Amino acid sequence: MSVHERAPIAQTTGPVLPRLLTAIGTKYANQAMPLETHRLTYPQPIMPRRHPIESSIKAIEDSGLRGRGGAGFPTGRKLRTVSSGHTRPVVIVNGSEGEPASRKDALLMTRAPHLVLDGALHAAAAIGAREVVVCIERTKRDAISAIELAIHERVQAREAMVPVVVVDLPPKYVAGEETALVHRVNGGDAKPTLTPPRPYEKGVGGRPTLIDNVETLCHVAQIMTWGPSWFRRQGIDDEPGTVLLTLSGAVARQGVCEMPIGMSMNEVLFAAGPTNGVSAVLLGGYYGTWVSGPDTRWVTLDNKCLRQVGSAMGCGAIVVLPTAACGLRETARILTWLAGETAGQCGPCVHGLAAIAEGMTDLSLGRATVETVASLERWGNQVERRGACSFPDGAVRLMRSAMKVFADDVRHHLIHGPCGATRFAPVMNIPTHRELAWR
Amino acid sequence: MALGQRIRLDIIACDGRGVCAELLPERIELDDWGYPIIDQTPMRGLVLEHARRAVAACPVLALRLEAAT
Repeated sequence: MSVHERAPIAQTTGPVLPRLLTAIGTKYANQAMPLETHRLTYPQPIMPRRHPIESSIKAIEDSGLRGRGGAGFPTGRKLRTVSSGHTRPVVIVNGSEGEPASRKDALLMTRAPHLVLDGALHAAAAIGAREVVVCIERTKRDAISAIELAIHERVQAREAMVPVVVVDLPPKYVAGEETALVHRVNGGDAKPTLTPPRPYEKGVGGRPTLIDNVETLCHVAQIMTWGPSWFRRQGIDDEPGTVLLTLSGAVARQGVCEMPIGMSMNEVLFAAGPTNGVSAVLLGGYYGTWVSGPDTRWVTLDNKCLRQVGSAMGCGAIVVLPTAACGLRETARILTWLAGETAGQCGPCVHGLAAIAEGMTDLSLGRATVETVASLERWGNQVERRGACSFPDGAVRLMRSAMKVFADDVRHHLIHGPCGATRFAPVMNIPTHRELAWR
Repeated sequence: MALGQRIRLDIIACDGRGVCAELLPERIELDDWGYPIIDQTPMRGLVLEHARRAVAACPVLALRLEAAT
């Protein structure tokens, strides 16, 4: 191999790692990066001159980027579908992060708001949209003011851009569901609506609507800057790129970090420094699934591998459960919170999640019998796919993964009653404030 | 039409009165809380007649018939 082949120039351009978090750890670790500094840190994405729409969509498709909000849908395919509608599309930036264990999107919006705007504006240009709506929970004041200031800076600098508006959301888990976002932007309650029609066919003002998560759009901005093959230099073939993880629970170093997709979970946990062993890991946050202690030693952080243990990356939140904690008790607390987050619209969700949460609580307190276990299984089947949105499905998935990963504990609680973990404070932080308003 | 029709449920509108399960036990059973679980097998002939009656009888108009695809 010649010297030239070993070191092609293209390989040396573009950031290696971190990609998105370049701003973090600089003097902008605690404040939003201003536009001027932003342009030096994250070079401006380039809109292709020839066939701008087709080439932008093609670039995102080629990059293999998948949504980072939880569902992992291919972003390029979404762009193509939305742009093929009959009317001019709209872009919604989904900045709601109702997941208590995740803070990556809030971090991006507060520290690198211009990166979020770069992504949103280029996604808009790629599909020919002339309107961008940024949806953020009204409790996240820092994120709202950072984004608003960033918009103002661009207007002051006379940057060419389509109008960007911020719409605030009630701090509720399901308010971030895509039909709920559309309903809110259209002036209704932030509650999910019946599908079809899906937002990509009929969304804001009846027009096709592209809804992408904040982190996803930041990746879009960087793909437009450095190209799809740069993007593919990290990650695995099916799931290229880097991903933001939010680490919490029994680890020494908590917070957001950026990793190439496909990294070993053991390595990530080692770097975070478990303080009291690892009995299991909650992956994907409170809407996620449990990965057993032994499995955390060999799985890699990509959906292809995680599927084998019935788990998924979700939003990238990782909560470490220490050895002394009780997985059933933690699950019961999360399920009780989730049950209260229902929009209250669909019977199976309202009644089913409450029943499942109560069953799991009984189990963790040692009040359950084998019938309770059978009921949990039946309720899971009766609730799954029966809501207008997929919110109840997530709760069922969490319950099932707990029954599987903590199968030994289930048996122990059935025979001997509650375990010793009740002496300790629980690991999961459950939001205490319950919002009542839906707008 | 060759494939027949099936029932589409507006689960948000539904409040679990259970009339439909009485009128169309061939396709509808109720869950533990009284909400309909619908079998999507296409219907024709006599069953379809019963389905029409169930759709019309729903007090909150949560049921509709649509062509099976």
